Amino acid sequence: MRQVWSIARKEFSDGLRNRWMLFITLLFALLAVGISWFGAAASGQVGFTNLPATIASLSSLATFLMPLIALLLAYDAIVGEDEGGTLMLLLTYPLTRRDILWGKFLGHSTILGLATLIGFGGAALAIALSVQDINLGELFLAFVRFIFSSVLLGMVFLAFAYWLSSKALEKSTAAGLALALWFVMVLVFDLVLLAVLVLSQGHLSPEALPWLLLLNPTDIYRLINLSGFESGGQGMGVMAMAGDLPLGSALLWLCLAAWMMLTLSLAQLSFNKRLS
Amino acid sequence: MFAVELQKVQQQYGKLTVLEDISWQLNKGEVLGLFGHNGAGKTTTVRLILGLIQASSGQVKVLGGSAKQPAIRQQIGFLPENIMFYPQLTGLETLQHFARLKNATGAQVQTLLEQVGLSAAAKQKVKTYSKGMRQRLGLAQALLGHPKLLILDEPTVGLDPIATTQLYQLINEVKDKGTSVIICSHVLPGVEPYIDKAIIMARGKIEALGNLYELREGAQLPVKMRVSGLVSPFTHEALIQSDTLVKGWQSFTLPATKKMAVLQALLTYNPKDIEIQPPSLEDLYCFYMHKAGAVGAAGVQL
Repeated sequence: MRQVWSIARKEFSDGLRNRWMLFITLLFALLAVGISWFGAAASGQVGFTNLPATIASLSSLATFLMPLIALLLAYDAIVGEDEGGTLMLLLTYPLTRRDILWGKFLGHSTILGLATLIGFGGAALAIALSVQDINLGELFLAFVRFIFSSVLLGMVFLAFAYWLSSKALEKSTAAGLALALWFVMVLVFDLVLLAVLVLSQGHLSPEALPWLLLLNPTDIYRLINLSGFESGGQGMGVMAMAGDLPLGSALLWLCLAAWMMLTLSLAQLSFNKRLS
Repeated sequence: MFAVELQKVQQQYGKLTVLEDISWQLNKGEVLGLFGHNGAGKTTTVRLILGLIQASSGQVKVLGGSAKQPAIRQQIGFLPENIMFYPQLTGLETLQHFARLKNATGAQVQTLLEQVGLSAAAKQKVKTYSKGMRQRLGLAQALLGHPKLLILDEPTVGLDPIATTQLYQLINEVKDKGTSVIICSHVLPGVEPYIDKAIIMARGKIEALGNLYELREGAQLPVKMRVSGLVSPFTHEALIQSDTLVKGWQSFTLPATKKMAVLQALLTYNPKDIEIQPPSLEDLYCFYMHKAGAVGAAGVQL
């Protein structure tokens, strides 16, 4: 375990050193405050509107940003060490490949977790202090759920990044694969689901389609955040199908955690096979 | 227990045989020089010892176990060829990071920085280090945790002559404390006095193994004598070559087997001084490379 902490410590220090954490924190804080106050500006309203709409907007934003940031943070975790010549040296030290991977995962997750907590938590604090008639208990629960699910989503994509990084022989390849994965998971997947829905013309079992949402961790993440509100449980687009899913919030959390474990296991397998 | 023991090790990549029937042992506190041309199998041997790859057949034992076990790796120090570090860290931070991984103390970090002459540059980022400084930092990281086996791959690359001498002196110090050392190198000058035995590899095979005396016995290369103050020109049927040097010195090349006969004959000429030069490690290396037919192959130029 000492070895895992040592690797995590270095990754965390690197995150502080290269301003990654500062950048993510500021980005999240600015966007969260911006969305909370100016999210309804198009309809002529400026200022905080309501909590479900704010969380829905924030989670839509995080669906795009969190995977991208996680992938950028970790795409070179393995291949970068290999290219830089430090992986072979590390492998001659008394630590296992699992120690290296888990150490990196712990370090990167801490960066992501702290930045998200400070960035989005700051926005929650700003709402709590400036909006007078808000239910603080509901605000707290909504933001806790939102922040934790966002971090978990980020961790899933960190693990994806390690998997790609273990597979790729060059950093540039890993970067390309990471962007392609983001594009597919965040942008293309829902469109494909909608296309399947339209093209099937009722031939596909309508009960089966909502389950397909579980094939994409970003959709599970959005479901977690939408399901938190009685009035805001129905989303738009493919999220509208989610109402047919007989899964409670706890099971959705488990699904997202399962995605993390699955991708982390894939990363470990690839890393174990990688020659240095 | 040997520090390193290889028994009938064979390494193949597909149909390509990289190592063929390699067997040798390294005792505790011994310094071994592992020499050979590019592609001779030195790096593969090192990677096998470090547990980075698995031998196709045969057995590799390191400190009584396998380097695949973290407990064994805890006792190994390694300096790779062309060592690279995290450029964003300082020399001190780099060493502290690796010290944590090896459970070495902060005090040892400071001592090692001093020993390799990097105390003044400890707070400089590694990306500003010259090749020689990186190499010295690499040596310091290899010595973290007081390893029982130290493996140095091309340790003198990038080092100036003084730093090279200091490196060998440091190797002598750790050897005296019982550490076994393997030096993999292309750079032969200077290493000779510091190794207990040598392995010369060519094309994946061991061409010669033993201490320098044994290697010389095996090679039977001509010996050189330098003599001064001869009262009259010296000739002998055994001489292969005879040259007159400056300041009254003469040089003779003769077969090693005739050394005593020539010496006795020389003494009758009342010389002022005699120097006998046995074949150097470079001479031996060249001889064994020629013998293996490895000259011209794999870019070997002698």
